[in-house]
Amino acid sequence: MSQSNENKIIELNNISKIFEDGFSAVSNFNLSIQKGEFVTFLGPSGCGKTTTLRMIAGFELPSEGQILLDGKDISKLPPNKRPINTVFQRYALFPHLNVFENIAFGLKLKKLPKEEINKRVKKALEIVDLEDFEKRKIQTLSGGQQQRIAIARAIVNEPEILLLDEPLGALDLKMRKEMQIELKNMHERLGITFIYVTHDQEEALTMSDKIVVMSEGKIQQIGTPEDIYNEPKNAFVADFIGESNVFGGVMTDKLKVRFCGYDFECLDDVEKGTMIDAVVRPEDIIITTPEDGMIQGEVISVIFKGVHYEITIISGKNEIVVQSTKKTEIGTKVGLIIEPDGIHVMLAENTINRIETAIDRHYKLEFLDGKLNCDLTKVIQGAGFNEEGTLIDAHGDEIDTDKLKVIVSIKPEDITMSDNEETGIICGHIISLIYKGDHYSYVVRTDEDIDIVVDDEYLWNMDDYVSLVIKEESIQYSIKK
Amino acid sequence: MKKLRLNRKHLCIPYSVFLLCFVVAPLLVIIFYAFTNGEGKFSIDNLVGFFTSPNTIGTLFYSLCIAIVTTIVCLLIAYPIAYILARSKIKYKSTVVLIFVIPMWINFTLRITALKEILTIIEGNLAFHPFLNTIIGMTYDFLPFMILPMYTTLLKLDNSLLEAASDLGASPVKTFIKVSLPLSLPGIISGIVMVFLPSMTNYVVLDMLYNSTYIMGSLIGSYFSAYDWHNGSMIALILLIIILVFTLFTNKYEEDDHTGRGGVKI
Repeated sequence: MSQSNENKIIELNNISKIFEDGFSAVSNFNLSIQKGEFVTFLGPSGCGKTTTLRMIAGFELPSEGQILLDGKDISKLPPNKRPINTVFQRYALFPHLNVFENIAFGLKLKKLPKEEINKRVKKALEIVDLEDFEKRKIQTLSGGQQQRIAIARAIVNEPEILLLDEPLGALDLKMRKEMQIELKNMHERLGITFIYVTHDQEEALTMSDKIVVMSEGKIQQIGTPEDIYNEPKNAFVADFIGESNVFGGVMTDKLKVRFCGYDFECLDDVEKGTMIDAVVRPEDIIITTPEDGMIQGEVISVIFKGVHYEITIISGKNEIVVQSTKKTEIGTKVGLIIEPDGIHVMLAENTINRIETAIDRHYKLEFLDGKLNCDLTKVIQGAGFNEEGTLIDAHGDEIDTDKLKVIVSIKPEDITMSDNEETGIICGHIISLIYKGDHYSYVVRTDEDIDIVVDDEYLWNMDDYVSLVIKEESIQYSIKK
Repeated sequence: MKKLRLNRKHLCIPYSVFLLCFVVAPLLVIIFYAFTNGEGKFSIDNLVGFFTSPNTIGTLFYSLCIAIVTTIVCLLIAYPIAYILARSKIKYKSTVVLIFVIPMWINFTLRITALKEILTIIEGNLAFHPFLNTIIGMTYDFLPFMILPMYTTLLKLDNSLLEAASDLGASPVKTFIKVSLPLSLPGIISGIVMVFLPSMTNYVVLDMLYNSTYIMGSLIGSYFSAYDWHNGSMIALILLIIILVFTLFTNKYEEDDHTGRGGVKI
């Protein structure tokens, strides 16, 4: 594969998509893909991966940004004018046409000679391993066969890029594994650029040259499967790709990180005193006797997973998941060892909520409808009110608050959640939840569409509607520079 | 003695009795009258008479002509409406569909009388345009029967199929011709069946529009009101056969459509 050459086939520059109902599906998406690459968009449902694919295909137009194909802007081109073909999630084969007519659909539109069409359809059927299926009706085919016909229908047109929208989602596990390998082989044989969309991390890791991890319309990380797995950039990626333990911690010294009450040695050089998230894969933790262990704990659950046991250990307030081939009894006191190369340190993100808000005519913050008591004279240096109640600066001139923005900073741990809407000052839905050893880190999307990070030791569910209780005195205000 | 036990087979007895009394027996009566003369003897005079009289043959062709034109006009009006209603993203879709269906719920006599008044205002004397008025009346009466089945089929048309066509290089026009149209064929055929057959016989519309035009229905009506059961039955039988042939013909296109032609729902 020609991964190294700088032969960009498609570039997405600053792509954003906001739907008519105001939902922002994709924002600031930047990506370039090289000829012949197998790229996978990976993320949970609703992360914008399919929308991005649909924009490349031309079914959706980006609200902002450019899509360049071989350097030419195709953002506004209708799908039928793009040299790109799609394999749809539910195949979308034409039920009124037979297998041959389905595959020949695109070729007939191009008005190719009959012999040429016959030859190419035959070849496409050979590639998907369904020779002699020409005359069959679509309804008589199994899911896997329909899938192959859908692929044949797309590749027969020899597109520059093949888009695959969760093509294996409707197949059973065994069939899915087989098709994964076949698709990978097909990609190598055809040399076409594949853009693949899936929410299945294993599928992405198995097949791709490059993975784009997405969440809430934004790219979280781009990298090879190895990079994504071994060096996740943030807690979301670590949590989404494979099993992992994420612990909140701090750098105590050079190459020393403290979490779970122990100073571990690590390989990531992060400045001392920085708040971090440490990711430890379950297979990188070694169970030993309490005396030999770096940290001690008690086994609270053991689940047999075929190749290994998944053992959950509680150590202090932290829950730690370990994979081991040796069985351990529930209740056993154990020690745990984590080698330096098993610890991946990430800069803790979103540790402080920063909400930018404007100031209204009454010198109140627009955030929360002026419910916050923000004393602007303390936020703006040297400011005060004159007799008429106008805000003035140190020279006595009026301050134009239209141009000023106040940043409201709230620490996640200063917020608590309640299910009684009356108790809090703001309500929202939980849209993300990551377990960080001794507490859960939530993202709550408020009714005003602001995302707020909340740390809470209690478990809430995704999509729960909660009310946020924020201590007034813990809120910090500053002027945006 | 054998105990009388009721099993599932016996459940079809009431239906069979109904079928016998109200379908088979009347049909036999029609056949009997069609092939007998005034003295109650077997005769094919009625059959020969139908095909030799320029009057009746003329009426048959005129009826066919009216039915074909009515069907085409209905089709041309109904398809775009059904397509727009089914494919557009308008909010109160079912309400709009309801507006097209509501006339069906209003008394037939009232509807046609209203139409008559309107046409009289426009045309002055209804007798000047008998053919045009017939078509207008029939179209007005049968349009909902054309819209509904087409709307139902188009509603089920999977959007990803249209996207797939466009993805494979089809322009919007080509997508319509190669995908939307063939896939809505079952609905179109259902609509045609529901409009074509009644418009050959529904002479009440014509009567109410003070129309002198004669169609098959009017012919049967006039024979029956003159107590000529024999000729009336023969024409009814001939119509039945025409309808039978027509239905067999359209059935061929419907084999893939699982909704059947009763698939009329809002």
